[in-house]
Amino acid sequence: MPEPYSERVMDHFKNPRNVGEIENPDGVGKIGNPVCGDIMEMYIKVKDNVIVDAKFKTFGCGAAIATSSMITEMVKGKTIEDALKISNKAVAEALGGLPPVKMHCSVLGEDALKSAINDYLIKKTGKGLPGWKPRSEEGHHGKH
Amino acid sequence: MKKIYMDYAATTPTHPDVLAAMQPYFCEKFGNPSSVHSFGRETRAAVENARKQVADLIGAKLKEIVFTSSGTEANNFAIEGIAFANEKVGNHIITSKIEHHAILEPCEFLESKGFKITYLPVDKYGLVDPKEVERAITDKTILVSIMQANNEIGTIEPIEEISKVIKEAASKLGHKVYFHTDAVQTVGQIEVNVDKLGVDLLSMSAHKFYGPKGVGALYIRSGTRIVPFIRGGAQENHRRASTENVVGIVGMGVAAELASKELDSREKELIRLRDKLIKGLLAKIPQTSLNGHPTKRLPKNVNISVKYIEGESMLLNLDFEGIAASTGSACTSGSLEPSHVLMALGLSHEGAHGSIRFSLGRLNTEEDVEKVLEVFPKIVEKLRSMSPLYKGKEEA
Repeated sequence: MPEPYSERVMDHFKNPRNVGEIENPDGVGKIGNPVCGDIMEMYIKVKDNVIVDAKFKTFGCGAAIATSSMITEMVKGKTIEDALKISNKAVAEALGGLPPVKMHCSVLGEDALKSAINDYLIKKTGKGLPGWKPRSEEGHHGKH
Repeated sequence: MKKIYMDYAATTPTHPDVLAAMQPYFCEKFGNPSSVHSFGRETRAAVENARKQVADLIGAKLKEIVFTSSGTEANNFAIEGIAFANEKVGNHIITSKIEHHAILEPCEFLESKGFKITYLPVDKYGLVDPKEVERAITDKTILVSIMQANNEIGTIEPIEEISKVIKEAASKLGHKVYFHTDAVQTVGQIEVNVDKLGVDLLSMSAHKFYGPKGVGALYIRSGTRIVPFIRGGAQENHRRASTENVVGIVGMGVAAELASKELDSREKELIRLRDKLIKGLLAKIPQTSLNGHPTKRLPKNVNISVKYIEGESMLLNLDFEGIAASTGSACTSGSLEPSHVLMALGLSHEGAHGSIRFSLGRLNTEEDVEKVLEVFPKIVEKLRSMSPLYKGKEEA
């Protein structure tokens, strides 16, 4: 049986920050599929190499929504380089931990962010993140 | 905030009369029913009285009731007990894709021991077709196990028709094909009569009908060849070893008697509340659909799929409002797979992840249903506004 969520997860689930879309975003990331039960869309606005705004839309469980909310909070004000250093573990830690069965939600969050940055870089420089592939599409979701 | 419990298919609160009947058996009447002295005789009589109460509820004979620790144990006992007692006759078992894991996992275990299992499909309502059962029977078939009603979607299976088909096939084969039904969701809730249903074995669980947790029973028709599941004593007529859970058994007996008396009125009231809730949800929330059969349905069961949003997030939001429900979404099961029952109906992954079950019981009122109808549409709206799948589908 799943473990209960931390207070911070419940807070971000109950009052998610940054829900919605950004008009004319500089980068959009879409990750997940209905098979695994989680889909995330992330939108970023970038000015002078700094992420000035981030928003999300998510289909998924409590952990998926809380992760989306937390990661959009974490990236705001960060340079692209610093944003790329945010790992799924850092997001989970910031949420006061996630139940083991829900850790894949944090991977999805990291992927959605990287996918948005990848999209931004392609638009800006014509080249995306070198060798980047969504982690959530390897491993445990393969069994579907 | 008044809390509203609508998860009666998971478990029910013990009826106060049941609790009162159980209490003396903790400290005062504590004897071991196997003891010959007066302490033992006293609890032996209590166990036998409970056996009568349970037997009467389902139209069985006294010696056909074996108490177990749960519905799960009753299911394991039925499947493995019949398989190992009759493996010289055949090694084939037929069941359905929508059984509880307490049936499916013993079947998978038997597969690893050389048995062959046929998992029958169901139609979009979750109904097993008796003709499919007929076609699946071979000269190696020793057991068919089909649940009387499904715990998730509430669909009531055509057990009588399936029984007829099995009996006809067995008479041609010249050997017995046993018929078991998992009646955990029906006993004490709708009419259950073993002769009318035509079953040889039937599993039940006390805590699903206002009895205590930790006690169940298996009905075993006289003359059935079955080996014990738990060994080490002569209790339950050598069929189930271990000192009887006297307290629990007494509770189950009283719960059975109460159910016999109140069955009709409970059923009528639940159907009324159920239909009000179903109608209200489908009318108030666009793009929802009922899972399970509209009429061949447990009086307590409401199961709907809400498009574009996920079950656990609905559940948590309902919990914030003090409302307890359940979902077939993978996210609450501890695995990443959505409900095998909803997938067997042909639902998409999204539909299965977006399912929610309200199961009603004797303490629910009209106001409870109205509260859910007031609160739930707002939750759906909130979650849909966050869903990337809902974009552009508002009018669909």
